[in-house]
Amino acid sequence: MVETGKKIGWDRAEMAQKVAIDIPDGSYVNLGIGIPEMVADFVPEGRELIYQTENGLLGMGKVPEEGKEDRELVNAGKKCVTTIAGASYFHHADSFSMIRGGHIDVCVLGAMQVSEKGDLANWSTGAKNAIPAVGGAMDLVAGVKRIFVITQHVTKKGVPKIIEECTFPLTGKQVVESIYTDLAIIDVKKDGLFVREMGPNVDFDYLQKQTGVELNQYNK
Amino acid sequence: MINKIVKTPAIAVNDIHDGATVMIGGFGEAGSPIELIHALIDQGAKNLTVVSNNTGSGNIGLAALIEHKRVKKMICSFPRTANSTVFPELYNAGEIELELVPQGTLAERIRAGGAGIPAFYTPASVNTPLAEGKESRVFNGVEFVLEYGIKADFALVKSAKADRYGNLLYHATARNFGPIMCTASKTAIVQSKSIVEAGEIDPETVVTPGIFVQRVVEITNPAHESELVANQMKYPW
Repeated sequence: MVETGKKIGWDRAEMAQKVAIDIPDGSYVNLGIGIPEMVADFVPEGRELIYQTENGLLGMGKVPEEGKEDRELVNAGKKCVTTIAGASYFHHADSFSMIRGGHIDVCVLGAMQVSEKGDLANWSTGAKNAIPAVGGAMDLVAGVKRIFVITQHVTKKGVPKIIEECTFPLTGKQVVESIYTDLAIIDVKKDGLFVREMGPNVDFDYLQKQTGVELNQYNK
Repeated sequence: MINKIVKTPAIAVNDIHDGATVMIGGFGEAGSPIELIHALIDQGAKNLTVVSNNTGSGNIGLAALIEHKRVKKMICSFPRTANSTVFPELYNAGEIELELVPQGTLAERIRAGGAGIPAFYTPASVNTPLAEGKESRVFNGVEFVLEYGIKADFALVKSAKADRYGNLLYHATARNFGPIMCTASKTAIVQSKSIVEAGEIDPETVVTPGIFVQRVVEITNPAHESELVANQMKYPW
């Protein structure tokens, strides 16, 4: 049982930190829009990660100080960023040569739904009046070696996002390696979803109830 | 003597015809050639097919071009941004067509168009609705879909520095689609923050060689899209 009145799971910053810990030293990393953008704030000490942003920058740095923003130096979410020493700019075709050509080691993306098989849906609900917007997600899942998803475990209405089969249109099939949610870290394996770690005050029964597909535990 | 410099945005966009395909550079406001777009609105060409990553913000720039019903069809990757209301309204009313293309596929289609490559295979979009109806082929056990190069009649692009030959340098992430759009269009029209004497740009640093550029117009103080949107400006002023 999960006790009431206690903080359940991780907040967004802690989720981003969990992802950052799993990215090996020396990796080239693409960060998607939303919570993934926060991963850049939590590089563990002693590690060097190079962030790529699809709109033409390798070596993306932190958020600029107020008053020092350059509106033409932005990330994929169109927010102002900075460059690190040793950064480079390039055009869009080169950027996606890095992405599609297998040169990026890790990509961290948001999700609307993730399936038991690692299918990802994150660009359209398929609803009639929804404006579909795919951006670079389909190229990223097709070309980047390791895809980590960072997402709330359920929707704002409490509907599970981790389910047997995605009902929204897919971004990519069998592409997700691990899912980092506010409640748990879950690995996608050939024989199902395995819970690697649970957040504070989360137990397996509670986690299972928040999930639309059967979860497995590594040690059982 | 070769001199691609023209005096005003109006002269630069004067011959864009009804029904033209126009590539417009920019990733959000970074690299958006706002003065050229406004000149195109004044000029009046309609039934345009516009190739651009987004659909503009507020009621200025590309969003204003769309709002004034000059655009028949958008080819883009991300038509949904924070301040984008014009496109969604027209799209839901069935008044504008949308060809949604994954961003890397869009970039490669433009690159291919400019490089004389009619089509290519990509792994992006396989097993998704965006691959439906497209030819596919398996290479080394992996499925790829066939995508076609895109060419345009015109490109509108923003640069930081240019010379009379059309050699270009860009600023930061404003480069984005500019270099490839110049290659894929018959007439690449560039607004540049500065125009310098031939020879002042080091050949080692040229990003877009002048052969890909037809017209350059100097706009020393380009408007900032986000400021115009924040002030709720509408074009025409």
